[in-house]
Amino acid sequence: MKYVDEFRDPGKALALSREIHALTATIARAKRQPLQIMEVCGGHTHSIFRYGVTQFLPDEIEFVHGPGCPVCVLPMGRVDDCVALAERPEVIFTTFGDAMRVPGSKKSLLKAKADGADVRMVYSPLDALALARQNPEREVIFFGLGFETTMPSTAMTVLQADAQNVSNFSLFCNHITIIPTIKAILDEPDLRLDGFLGPGHVSMVIGSAAYDFIARDYGKPITIAGFEPLDVLQSVWMVVKQIAEGRAQVENQYARVVPRDGNKVALAAVAEVFELREFFEWRGLGSIAHSGVRVRERYAAFDAERKFALPNLRIADPQSCQCGEVLKGQLKPQQCKIFGTACTPQTPLGALMVSTEGACAAFYNYGRIDTSGLSASKATKEDQHGR
Amino acid sequence: MCLGIPGQIVEIVEGVDAAGKLAIVDVGGVRREVNIAFIVDKEHTVADCVGDWVLVHVGFAMVRIDEGEAAATLALLREMGEYQTEIDSMQTSAAGNPA
Amino acid sequence: MDDKSRRRVRTLRESHVNLSHGSGGKAMRDLIEDVFVAAFDNPQLAAMEDQAVFPFAELALHGDRLAFTTDTFVVDPLFFAGGDIGTLAVAGTVNDLAMSGARPLYLSCAMVLEEGLSIEVLRRVVASMQRTAQLAGVTIVTGDTKVVERGAADKLFINTAGVGVVPAGVSISAANARVGDAVIINGTLGDHGTAILIARNQLGVSCDVASDCQPLAGLVAAMLAACPDIHCLRDATRGGVATVLNEFAESSNVAIRIDEDALPLREEVRGACEILGLDPLYLANEGKLIAIVPGEHASAVLAAMRAHPAGECAAIIGEVCAAPAGTVVLNTCFGGQRIVDMLVGEQLPRIC
Repeated sequence: MKYVDEFRDPGKALALSREIHALTATIARAKRQPLQIMEVCGGHTHSIFRYGVTQFLPDEIEFVHGPGCPVCVLPMGRVDDCVALAERPEVIFTTFGDAMRVPGSKKSLLKAKADGADVRMVYSPLDALALARQNPEREVIFFGLGFETTMPSTAMTVLQADAQNVSNFSLFCNHITIIPTIKAILDEPDLRLDGFLGPGHVSMVIGSAAYDFIARDYGKPITIAGFEPLDVLQSVWMVVKQIAEGRAQVENQYARVVPRDGNKVALAAVAEVFELREFFEWRGLGSIAHSGVRVRERYAAFDAERKFALPNLRIADPQSCQCGEVLKGQLKPQQCKIFGTACTPQTPLGALMVSTEGACAAFYNYGRIDTSGLSASKATKEDQHGR
Repeated sequence: MCLGIPGQIVEIVEGVDAAGKLAIVDVGGVRREVNIAFIVDKEHTVADCVGDWVLVHVGFAMVRIDEGEAAATLALLREMGEYQTEIDSMQTSAAGNPA
Repeated sequence: MDDKSRRRVRTLRESHVNLSHGSGGKAMRDLIEDVFVAAFDNPQLAAMEDQAVFPFAELALHGDRLAFTTDTFVVDPLFFAGGDIGTLAVAGTVNDLAMSGARPLYLSCAMVLEEGLSIEVLRRVVASMQRTAQLAGVTIVTGDTKVVERGAADKLFINTAGVGVVPAGVSISAANARVGDAVIINGTLGDHGTAILIARNQLGVSCDVASDCQPLAGLVAAMLAACPDIHCLRDATRGGVATVLNEFAESSNVAIRIDEDALPLREEVRGACEILGLDPLYLANEGKLIAIVPGEHASAVLAAMRAHPAGECAAIIGEVCAAPAGTVVLNTCFGGQRIVDMLVGEQLPRIC
């Protein structure tokens, strides 16, 4: 597959790995404590574990798995709202597949479906709109979630619903924005991150300029990264190079997809349909100012929050969860008190165990590995987590 | 956080409402209808999109993939590999020389 | 077989199944004779007794132990590229028998029909069952029919039970994997799962992938001829290849290491997995088996498999190691390693 296979070439990975090892050896502070690089995006977390990228890095480099998994950071109260909407008899509740397993305080959408709610998995918000046209007697609600990558698609769908007068379609908007969240993490008093891998697909929408403040105001290097394993490895090399050379800049490894100014048509659609919320609640991180969007008044007819009464309760995260600390890089997934015991992918308690893009689930599914007994190993380094 | 996958636009879906701007994209032999509104402007019309390699996300073509940039990224990685092979062979030949 | 017409004394006049077809009366008799007995066409069934009876001596010709299994089949939609619920119902039970090394001989067929099901649909399914049974060398010798009210079942459910005989000396078990054994698959992964995904048309993707649904008894016989000492054998149905490998690793208390690059995968299945965020290791198959064989016999078994139509794309995909016991480890195409765990719940498309 073009633009996929060439970026999974193990031959090129070895060359990069050696460059990264050599560069890291020149960084004095890495010898005292490992360099921490946060991959903001859950897609990167998934790639890192899926392909075993950490095995190409020296011990002196650690990934901190960031908050960029929209499925994971969705608070329980919002899932409860979804379930309440889905359980209305007139409603067909449409959602992306991976959101169906997220636990609410009582049940997930998967459980609501088993209990009789009409919950349907769709690939695109446009499929939900089509469903609304095909079922004029029903109310079709699309569960909009995701960062700036997904926002333009739901915005465009609302604009089409408006243009085509599809009055039985509405959006339950849970879109969140990445910049305020990165800023909140950078403002943590005990932060010790050394650099960032920037979210490639968010960036193709918002452009690379949006991250200038990270380098300028916080002095941290950031490289916008693609999602194939070579992309991730090359981006790590670029961040380490910045650290070694004492630079803090916004660099773009994913130039084949990310333009500096983003996608103007997509941004215009987002601005037309959405406006910033005062704050939005994140599972594991708490409330973050201006970190979510809602549907503008002009499109109120397509806003499920205005159209239907919602319980809209705030449900506290389970007390035993340490997702917040993991998200900020203070704990590794396996260091959480309940990792793998009370909290597993089968019965997730914490946000990060919910989707395979979440740090804990990715580590649980792919990462618990001690390969010392394996005879034929292609990897350069065997145990990726220094256990 | 957002699964996007490269695919090639193989045909424009005719006959649907004009606002739709729909096309068929091919990902490794799998076909899916996608909306191309985000990659169309005055300079790049709907008809121009056939043959484009795009990044597909939730049923939308989000961006046209820049072939030149992709080649440049790969060239850099290739050079890095060749450079190391060169160093390796220099070291090997140095080590292989009779002392 | 020109005596078929002579036996078809009863014919069905209705175009759709109704409750009287399950009542035990004349209508039911018409349905059984015209649809099932006529299609399955064998003297055991045609006798219309309540059971099939076979002499021990005949069974003992094939081996020294009886294998017995049952499976129930529900699939939506009933028909898909490469097969239908009838193909599945025969191949599934035949394969469960074959995975013990048994030669499958006799099958039962019990159907739950929803009132309103088209007889034409039923005939097509039954014809598929007979075609698949002939291919697998088994006879459908007994059966049962129930009709439930509209809405009480989804169109058509089939249960098949099967009897086979295990040849003397063959001992296959999930607990038999030994360090140094080779792991072999008989062809491409995930074709059935992908075909079903496409047939449901829920996610709007389309491609030309047919289900791999096929009986594997002939293939297994060829494999046993090449190496009677096959250690483990299991068909990778629901839960996919990853699940079977985990079952082997757990039961045998060994590690199984597989190479991602060695996994046979159709381009379209790969494309569907990329676009929907699925992992082909967890996709369902209906005509794929995983064999664990002694390392020294691996190439002989592989050659035998490739010479059989059901194993043309067979490949060695990994090996059995000592540690970490109970674990499946994948060498990724990128050169890294990761764990391949059991599937948690249903595999849901990862989109955002």
